[in-house]
Amino acid sequence: MARIGVFVCHCGENIGRTVDCEAVANACGELPGVVHAVDYKYMCSDPGQNLIKEAIAEKNLTGVVVAACSPHMHEKTFRKATEGAGLNPYLCEMTNIREQCSWIHEDRDAATAKAIDLTRFISEKIKRNSPLAPISISLERRALVIGGGISGLQAALDMADGGREVVLVEKQPSIGGHMSRLSETFPTLDCSQCILTPRMVEVHQHPRIKLLTYSEIESVDGYIGNFSVKIRKKARGVDETRCNGCGECQSVCPMKKIPSEFDAGLGNRTAIYVPFPQAVPNIPVIDRENCLRIKGMQKKKAKAACGRCAEACGRDAIDFEQEDTFVTEKVGAIVVATGYQLYSIGKEQTRKGITGYGEYGYGTVPDVIDGMQFERIASASGPSGGEIVRPSDGKVPKRVVFLQCIGSREPSKGIEYCSKLCCMYVAKHTMLYRHKVHDGEAIVFYMDIRAGGKGYDEFVRRAIEEDGAKYIRGRVSSIQREGEKVRLTGFDTLSGEQMEIDADMVVLATAMQAQPGIESLAQKLSVSYDGHGFINEAHPKLRPVDTNTAGVFVAGACQAPRDIPDSVAMASATASKVLGMFSKERLEREPTVAGVDKVTCSGCFHCERACPYGAVERYEVLNRSGEVEKVIAEVNEGVCQGCGSCQVACPSKSIELEGFTDAQIFAAINAL
Amino acid sequence: MNEATAARPSSEGEAFEPRIVAFVCNWCTYTGADLAGTSRIQMAPNVRIVRLPCTGRIDPLFVVKAFERGADGVIVSGCHPGDCHYTAGNYHARRRFAVFRETLSFLGIDLDRLTFSWVSASEGRKWSEIVNETTARVRELGPFTSYRDLVDEG
Repeated sequence: MARIGVFVCHCGENIGRTVDCEAVANACGELPGVVHAVDYKYMCSDPGQNLIKEAIAEKNLTGVVVAACSPHMHEKTFRKATEGAGLNPYLCEMTNIREQCSWIHEDRDAATAKAIDLTRFISEKIKRNSPLAPISISLERRALVIGGGISGLQAALDMADGGREVVLVEKQPSIGGHMSRLSETFPTLDCSQCILTPRMVEVHQHPRIKLLTYSEIESVDGYIGNFSVKIRKKARGVDETRCNGCGECQSVCPMKKIPSEFDAGLGNRTAIYVPFPQAVPNIPVIDRENCLRIKGMQKKKAKAACGRCAEACGRDAIDFEQEDTFVTEKVGAIVVATGYQLYSIGKEQTRKGITGYGEYGYGTVPDVIDGMQFERIASASGPSGGEIVRPSDGKVPKRVVFLQCIGSREPSKGIEYCSKLCCMYVAKHTMLYRHKVHDGEAIVFYMDIRAGGKGYDEFVRRAIEEDGAKYIRGRVSSIQREGEKVRLTGFDTLSGEQMEIDADMVVLATAMQAQPGIESLAQKLSVSYDGHGFINEAHPKLRPVDTNTAGVFVAGACQAPRDIPDSVAMASATASKVLGMFSKERLEREPTVAGVDKVTCSGCFHCERACPYGAVERYEVLNRSGEVEKVIAEVNEGVCQGCGSCQVACPSKSIELEGFTDAQIFAAINAL
Repeated sequence: MNEATAARPSSEGEAFEPRIVAFVCNWCTYTGADLAGTSRIQMAPNVRIVRLPCTGRIDPLFVVKAFERGADGVIVSGCHPGDCHYTAGNYHARRRFAVFRETLSFLGIDLDRLTFSWVSASEGRKWSEIVNETTARVRELGPFTSYRDLVDEG
């Protein structure tokens, strides 16, 4: 016989104000199978939990129903208390009479009646609960990091320093990410490359980090503790084992006018190239779109079109025939750190539902550039060697206008979020500009200044007060070429005046967006993403670096716009999560998974088709002489995530999800 | 029929208050309903939520059973397409319920008594609207009595 205890919480006054908790306890005390029902001011407090523990011992309870807040809040708390009293934790369930009653209804009678109903459902359900034990699964104590920007590097280093092997996959030919392209960083104005490149080298030389550059994730199989990841190593055209990075090949390549991605199109590179001098690994890659030899091969020309790099290479490292290869890595945890892309200002967009700023003439009006291009102009390693000159004629601009919120906070263009760091990098740009062009004028158009962060507001104030940046609150409606100048028409919302400014150069502070192709990676990893392509964290406050797929973590700007300190903090957080997970020999996980009734299963495998995880396997039933009698379904407990799709698909009801069996749900419905 | 159901106002006397059961997924709609709670968004008190891991776990028979046991309306709600916590459970649900609607009208249940919706964890406001709209609609339709009438006719 079931012996259920019902515990009704007042949550101070949060529940008690609109729900008559005593009445709920009294009504529930009358329910069949309920042998104990009490109400208490704070059930989650120590004395409250003790009420539950004592009742379990004294009344020999077989089930505990706590009518309180959302189970998302305190289910763990009460299950732990139940376990503490020697009862299986899965024999404890919660009824949500706060979020679903007291907080959303004012009518006390209606709220109380609803609270009684909800508690009755669960009291009926819990009679059919069975004790469950955590599942133990094996664990491969190696990690995979996807993305070699600052987040990925930090995560990889922390985990490797913690004693675990790490595989780091980067799709570009070099690690370093966006940070390697920046000039100085806010709010300290220290040189970005100076702080980053030592880390890149450290990663490259670390005995426990396996670095796979110019590689992408092909497919991901498995589950927490036991992922099997297939990685495509794209054909570099250069044998990594032979190349010593001398650079001879680049100097002889005849294709010298290809816009450099690293320099944001302001400088040029060759067809065989190292993206930047400090690249790690310092091994060139052949750009297959632009290499004369490879283009000739694709057109099946009999005569080799070029081949000067191969002739120049003293180590015979150039291989035009090289093809993509695949490696498979077994890992127990995955950190996603794929970073961001910058919003494209023109009309061409990489994401659906987003429009560009045609009115700003980016790409057609000369000397209208984006923030990353300004970084390259200001950088000592940039195309102008750090001298601030405008791209059209190489002259030093005497008046530079910076426009904030290009793309960000602009629902009509498709992005409603704030990119968070543009306010800061614009302030930095004005300072870098004023430090190099002392008689120059820096004008900023802004909507709001959002400088939340340690030393951030002080930094913006310094740009305004010490370095004389002029901040105008308002928007610019159009940008046009006017002789040698760029004419901006705008509106100052503080003075209420129309403005016309002739500038020498205009810098657009563009929004941060998720990387193109992140959706397909997210689908391979079974992690969810928001409407903008940013990876969803498991809980915005309490689980900010977990994803909703166990064993997959997220760091940096692929989760939301992040600056360097935030990204690094997140990366270290993922590393500590992974190292914590790896501190055990085996993993334990929630037992709410599906199980198959081997007697009634007919082996139709409808469940297999319904399962999003491929958790349904084939099990051979043998007869006494060892021959296969029939093949039926079996659930891999490590892979199953407990969604229950299989159960609805099963024609003979032979597969059941623990914790949400048909018997349990129908019992709740019958209590209606 | 238990006391609470029996005790509700008859359709003749006081205004009819429908009983509505909501089958929701744990990750989006349940969390969205929690958000409505933490945001103190007031809504009709007629809906009783049954929490399931995923809309993919919602057996159409649950809906039939709810009507059989005295519900006047049913809400089925989960994550938006593409947002499923379990990747694809809501797609299974969508297909199942597209087919199931036919069966439901065959069973003599007015399709207006069933609401199928997507409510994400951030859409507390939308959840309250769905609760209010469904309650108003079902109140308009009146009590669902066809099954009980069958029993009475014996």
